[in-house]
Amino acid sequence: MNRKKIGVYVCHCGGNISDYVDIEKVKAAVKDEADVYLVKNTLFACADSSQKEMVNDIQNDQLDAIVVASCSPKLHLNTFRGVAERAGLNPYNYIQANIREQSSWAHSNNKPGATEKAIHLVKAAIAKARESEPLFSKKIPASNVVSVIGAGIGGMRSAISLADMGTEVYLIEKAEKVGGHVAGFGKVFPVNKTGIQLIAELYEEVRKRTNIKLFLNAELIEKKGSIGNFEIRVKTGTEVLILHVGGFVVNTGFENYQPTNGEYGFGQFNNVITLPEFKKLVDFSDKLEFKGKPVKTVAYIYCAGSRQDEEGENKYCSRFCCTSAIHTSIIAREKFGDITNIHFHRGIRTYGKQELIYEQASRNGDMFLQFNLESIPEISSKGDKALVKVKDLLTHGKNIEAEVDLVVLVTGMVPRENKSLESNLKIPLGRDNFFNEIHMKLRPVETVIDGVFIAGTCQSPKNILETLNSSQAASAKANSVLTKGELSLEPVLAKLNPANCTWCGKCAEACSFEAIETVDYETRKVARIVEANCKGCGMCTPVCPSDAIDLAGFTNAQMEAMIDALAD
Amino acid sequence: MDRSLSDLLTQPQLTPDRVEKKPKLLVFSTEKISDPAIDLAGLLKKHYPYSVYTISVPCSSCIKPRWIMKAYEKGFAGVFIAADGTDCSFGESCVEKTSATISQTHSLMKEKGLKPSQLKMAALCSVCAEPFVKHMTSFIKELESLVVSSKS
Repeated sequence: MNRKKIGVYVCHCGGNISDYVDIEKVKAAVKDEADVYLVKNTLFACADSSQKEMVNDIQNDQLDAIVVASCSPKLHLNTFRGVAERAGLNPYNYIQANIREQSSWAHSNNKPGATEKAIHLVKAAIAKARESEPLFSKKIPASNVVSVIGAGIGGMRSAISLADMGTEVYLIEKAEKVGGHVAGFGKVFPVNKTGIQLIAELYEEVRKRTNIKLFLNAELIEKKGSIGNFEIRVKTGTEVLILHVGGFVVNTGFENYQPTNGEYGFGQFNNVITLPEFKKLVDFSDKLEFKGKPVKTVAYIYCAGSRQDEEGENKYCSRFCCTSAIHTSIIAREKFGDITNIHFHRGIRTYGKQELIYEQASRNGDMFLQFNLESIPEISSKGDKALVKVKDLLTHGKNIEAEVDLVVLVTGMVPRENKSLESNLKIPLGRDNFFNEIHMKLRPVETVIDGVFIAGTCQSPKNILETLNSSQAASAKANSVLTKGELSLEPVLAKLNPANCTWCGKCAEACSFEAIETVDYETRKVARIVEANCKGCGMCTPVCPSDAIDLAGFTNAQMEAMIDALAD
Repeated sequence: MDRSLSDLLTQPQLTPDRVEKKPKLLVFSTEKISDPAIDLAGLLKKHYPYSVYTISVPCSSCIKPRWIMKAYEKGFAGVFIAADGTDCSFGESCVEKTSATISQTHSLMKEKGLKPSQLKMAALCSVCAEPFVKHMTSFIKELESLVVSSKS
């Protein structure tokens, strides 16, 4: 193998590293490693002046690879890949050693130990750099057309945002009308408009834009291709349309939780209903009556179907329901006068501005009683009324009984079941069964499927404002990826050595992304990696009995060289 | 060359200052989910034994048994797989696939006289700094007692 010339830069990070790691010892320990051409220390490797120095070194000394020993790659991997690229070096010949989060800070109580570990981490990075090969992103043309799935409030907002950034939009709605759940809402907090008004306004904006094409009664039934170049089939009535898009924003929304039979008396007693049913009663009736009987006292039981114990599936908080229940109770009083509202809750979560309506309900004289999962309210029937008994935590566990006309179960959100979409777009589900974004803080709205973005309540329970925010974020992300007209594909892909492959099919079975197919090779069948579909997870690599598959950037040679260096 | 457990404490001391010798533990950690947890432990200065070394991978399901066996062969006393669990952005099947790798590796370990408890896996989410530190501290203690019993 040809010898490489590797440049190593050890960062002090001010004193964040050098206060605990003896930089001179690290330099001395690695300077004689094979292929190391130069070792330098730098006060801040990320500073402009340090980056320029690295560019000069790479160019003047014809370095083949560089190692920067500094902070977490999460912070500066792209910074230093950029340095390599500016100097004409392949960015995948840059390796970062994390000697801050994983050494100086983690072992700030043990300076010799931190130094010893830093030495090994830098040696391992050098070993990986020695085995690194240039990897090349493929450039592919990308179509700046996005299919927004779902024309609820979030989907329409996504479509409008995309259209305003110059993206062509196909807005695909399964139902015969736009608007989803919100189209059925009365007044919503905090805008004092009805859901119907909000939907009408957004729909008007959609209609004004010639670059949004709306398909109602339409369903995505097939998807082929990859980011930038998907071909989709959309069924509208009896017709099937073939469309070409560069990506997707999925805004398919949620379902309301449906209580089980007997849950807080639901289905058992006549006067136990859900919050969505009660909202309709309040929003669209002239008199507050239920089954012909006037309603004067209402008990709200919170967290029905949310924040469940270990036996329940829904561990999450549905976020919107505390606000929605309190807001509905206020509207009921405003509209129907003398209504007594009694809230049985597990801690009110009206965060941010929504706290104002909690305060308003308290001023209105609403009663708030708190319970926990160990003593949930008991519902029984008493003539035409319902009797709610609870041990109230706010009065030191006092047993309180309330005779009410109606019990409203404050139900939350559950994921909408959509097997066809899941299977076509291959969006992973999270542990709560909502669509899974890569990382809620570092890469929100993105999924592991390149070109597929998720927004609104299909990703997690959200209120309307949060849904609109995430819809705009997903639109911005989709547009930023597709607007250039071409895409660079991440080159960390499975690599097959056909000479070793005997085609047993195990790799294809392990792959969740249809990235492995079989082809003829010499006189036999072997596997072939479909690079456009490969996500670089490496799931196919350990199952190969003849070890014919490696993952670029994580090859046997690289991993084993690192293990050698760390064990040394 | 295979090493016995008692060899594990004879690793060279690279700094002249006193470094308390600990068995070496190799962690395979995932770039998107468990790496941030390990970084967070450092950021919060939650200390764990310095002889814990991490190699990042895209997904725990790509770890090959031969890499794990190589670690033991080279002198690591334990290997810990910090998996994404059901949070894995490549799909939930990675748990099942990583478990299959572990089963396969356990068989190889048995052939070499290594104990199954020298290979562990746990799911670590991106904010699991405290659980990571607990796992590392208890695993190193367990490995120390293994080394002691092996020597005696």
